[in-house]
Amino acid sequence: MKKPALLACAAAFALSACSTTGGGDVASASRAERTAPKGEDGNAPFPSTYKAYPGTPTALVGATIYDGKGGRIDNGTVFFSGGKIVSIGGPDTPVPADIAVFDGSGKFVTPGVIDIHSHLGDYPTPSVDAHSDGNEATSPTTPEVWAEHSVWPQDPGFTRALANGGVTALQILPGSANLMGGRAVTLKNVPSRTVQGMKFPGAPYGFKMACGENPKRVYGGKGRMPSTRMGNFAVNRQTWLDAKAYAEGDRDKRDLAKETLAGVLDGEILVHNHCYRADEMALVMDMAKEMGYKVSTFHHAVEAYKIGDLLRENDVCSAIWADWYGFKMESYDGILENAAFLQREGACVVIHSDDANGIQRLNQEAAKAQAAGARVGIDIPDAEVIRWITLNPAKAMGIDGMTGSLEPGKMADVVLWNGDPLSVYSRPEKVWVDGALLFDAMDRKRRPVSDFELGQPGEGDVK
Amino acid sequence: MKRLLVLAASALALAAAPASAQDIAITNATVAIGDGSDPVENATVVIRGGKVVAAGPGVAVPAGIPTVDGSGTWVTPGLVATVTTLGISDVSGVSESNDIRAGDSPFSAALDVAPIINPKSQHIAVHRAAGITRAATMTMPSASIFGGQGAIIDLGDDASPVTRQRAFQTVALGETGARLSGGSRASAHALFRNALREATRLGEDARIPGRSSRGAPVTTGDDVPIDPRLAGGASEREGDVLLTRFDAAALVPVVRGEQPLYVLVERASDIRSVLNLKREFPRLDLVIVGASEGWLMAREIAAAGVPVIADGLDDLPQSFEELAATQSNIGRMVKAGVTVAINAAAMENPRNLNQYAGNLVALSRMPGADGLSWGEAFASISSVPARISGLGGRAGVLAPGAMGDVVVWDGDPLELGSVPTRVFIDGVEQPLENHQSRLRDRYRDLDESRLPEAYDW
Repeated sequence: MKKPALLACAAAFALSACSTTGGGDVASASRAERTAPKGEDGNAPFPSTYKAYPGTPTALVGATIYDGKGGRIDNGTVFFSGGKIVSIGGPDTPVPADIAVFDGSGKFVTPGVIDIHSHLGDYPTPSVDAHSDGNEATSPTTPEVWAEHSVWPQDPGFTRALANGGVTALQILPGSANLMGGRAVTLKNVPSRTVQGMKFPGAPYGFKMACGENPKRVYGGKGRMPSTRMGNFAVNRQTWLDAKAYAEGDRDKRDLAKETLAGVLDGEILVHNHCYRADEMALVMDMAKEMGYKVSTFHHAVEAYKIGDLLRENDVCSAIWADWYGFKMESYDGILENAAFLQREGACVVIHSDDANGIQRLNQEAAKAQAAGARVGIDIPDAEVIRWITLNPAKAMGIDGMTGSLEPGKMADVVLWNGDPLSVYSRPEKVWVDGALLFDAMDRKRRPVSDFELGQPGEGDVK
Repeated sequence: MKRLLVLAASALALAAAPASAQDIAITNATVAIGDGSDPVENATVVIRGGKVVAAGPGVAVPAGIPTVDGSGTWVTPGLVATVTTLGISDVSGVSESNDIRAGDSPFSAALDVAPIINPKSQHIAVHRAAGITRAATMTMPSASIFGGQGAIIDLGDDASPVTRQRAFQTVALGETGARLSGGSRASAHALFRNALREATRLGEDARIPGRSSRGAPVTTGDDVPIDPRLAGGASEREGDVLLTRFDAAALVPVVRGEQPLYVLVERASDIRSVLNLKREFPRLDLVIVGASEGWLMAREIAAAGVPVIADGLDDLPQSFEELAATQSNIGRMVKAGVTVAINAAAMENPRNLNQYAGNLVALSRMPGADGLSWGEAFASISSVPARISGLGGRAGVLAPGAMGDVVVWDGDPLELGSVPTRVFIDGVEQPLENHQSRLRDRYRDLDESRLPEAYDW
């Protein structure tokens, strides 16, 4: 990946990523560059304009640190400057004089929380019909649509996820009405006037697919294919065959749908597949093998625990809730031990929200899943549980080279919690994105208020 | 006929005294009474004859009561979930299994959830295992602004789930009410007033007896309340009535203040209009449900003495009637003196009630935010919802003479991941197994070297 990385930096669009990130980041940047279809002007369209906001060199000392990759440091120090983590370690970690030092005694530090499954912006609040922009439910396969074109940056949900959930990055996916819902986008959780100002520089695109009940219900209800699960697979496979013909043929002829599918076949766009049932996940993994692509993550995988071995062998993550169950037929077998059983098998666990409220409490969901494991003798250390909401989603989204853990050179996406983040009694106290302090519970003005909320009752409230 | 009466009497006797109610004392536990007080360490809870006898520190265990050491555990009253749809749906997304909404029904207020509760519902079993022992269950307003008559149920593993039938009526008067009544809140308010006037008239003309609905818990057989839909003498109704006779009759106890009316509203101005209803219908026994903007009306709600079943953590402008939503809503209302229970319907599942209560405790440490003390938070999911449900002093609290609904937890019940290890309802120890626990047991390993998982049961 190193060589193409250098090439990527030559491309104008990738400048922001390459100029602000270290070696690990460049690999991901390059991946995005190769996949992103060129627009008519030869550049990738809708490039990120995000730049880190100003921050001051900051050290958090005396805190319990979960580094996101499974490590725990008691009485630890995290020092970040220039938007990057500079050092992390014990109490002896050197910290320059004359910088902002926060006493973290009794407090906890984690990487910024990452939600791999959000519809913020695409289904913003207020949830009126005019805001329903998440499902292009007019065809069962719409690889040509991009979630970013529906994102309303003024969705107040972004600010709640930041302030109450410590969420610093999130993936916005199209909905699940379609077998192929379209392209997902990864955002930095920063207030912005434009979606380009939120786009995570160098993050690969995701591709949303959906199994099971939703596509067959939506299109069966319209009297068209698919109306069954077998119809789901037939439509998917034929679409992949057509895409392969395109990918292996003349790619110069622009075709928005095929460009995305070719990006998936190239391994540059990561597949995020809504899929509840174990048997269907197994079929999807075989379909992916047949067609020559890889599934990054099954989302809403409530039955993943039944095939933890298969998921491990196929290196597919499961993005799950802690305790949602029984709201639709394919969620009937949801159990609290899903995450723990996956962990037991060595499979990748991601805790996700799919919900504008749940995204504010991903740490709590992880804690519930951890406790369920402990009750059946599966003891998962706290630091490992934090990985479920930090490094694991980062990996599944292809941004683990840049964020998701507290390591020197990585983005200073950091949360200071006022207590153990796996306790219900704790809340984020401060949240930094690329070293910029974007939420501070101790400073009532250091809290974003979306345009929509100005002049409304409760403007600027703690929420 | 005589034989029938005897049979009926013996059936009632059975219901009144569950055969397996056991006497038990739990000592050395951390005990939360549920009344708003803080938990007490090294305390004792005594249950005898299906009732709580005593709870607290320094409680002597009466002779002959089997005693278990509760060291390391917490003991609390069972949680009370209001409002829910427990027992009337198997899978909400599977319409065949779902009795929550009757949008095509000719009736609305007349709907009565009591006869359709399925005590074997998996949701009841799952929530019993989560420490919820009583719940308010209701159908949702669908065919009209009126949702029908909810029931208070217990989550026991037995054939008699209903604690109070026809315990409350529901009506939607906000955006939902506007949509259901033709497209405007104005229509919802007109429909509401017309309905209460028709009920008033019918109640008088048909001489429907008073105290017609809100009976005591159905346990002894001598207090089965009269169903107003079936009561009353013959009476002509005017030709221009809007309500069916059944719906109008069902609203008679509402207009008389004998049956609480749960009003679903969110916006501050809608809450104000609801409080003003008392001027026109002074006997209404109001409960506000939802109330995302309740904190803006906290003083007025407190002054009116109207309890609130409030959404616990809603903090988004989900709709234009929830612009001021904040997680501090409940804390601010409680501070103003409002009686507030956490709404079990405003979360993924009612079993998240204790997590929500814990979050309100966390808020009390945040500058500018308003939360609850631990004791207040626990009360908001135990004694307060019990009181709103007409079970004040008898459920949701470890008071002498209260129902023997007692939960032993493996830790702080408001902390994430704490679960019950033992659950008693009316003194009867409950099974905690369900579909989920059976799946858990089957998939403890994926070993199929001998036989498929299907044989692991």
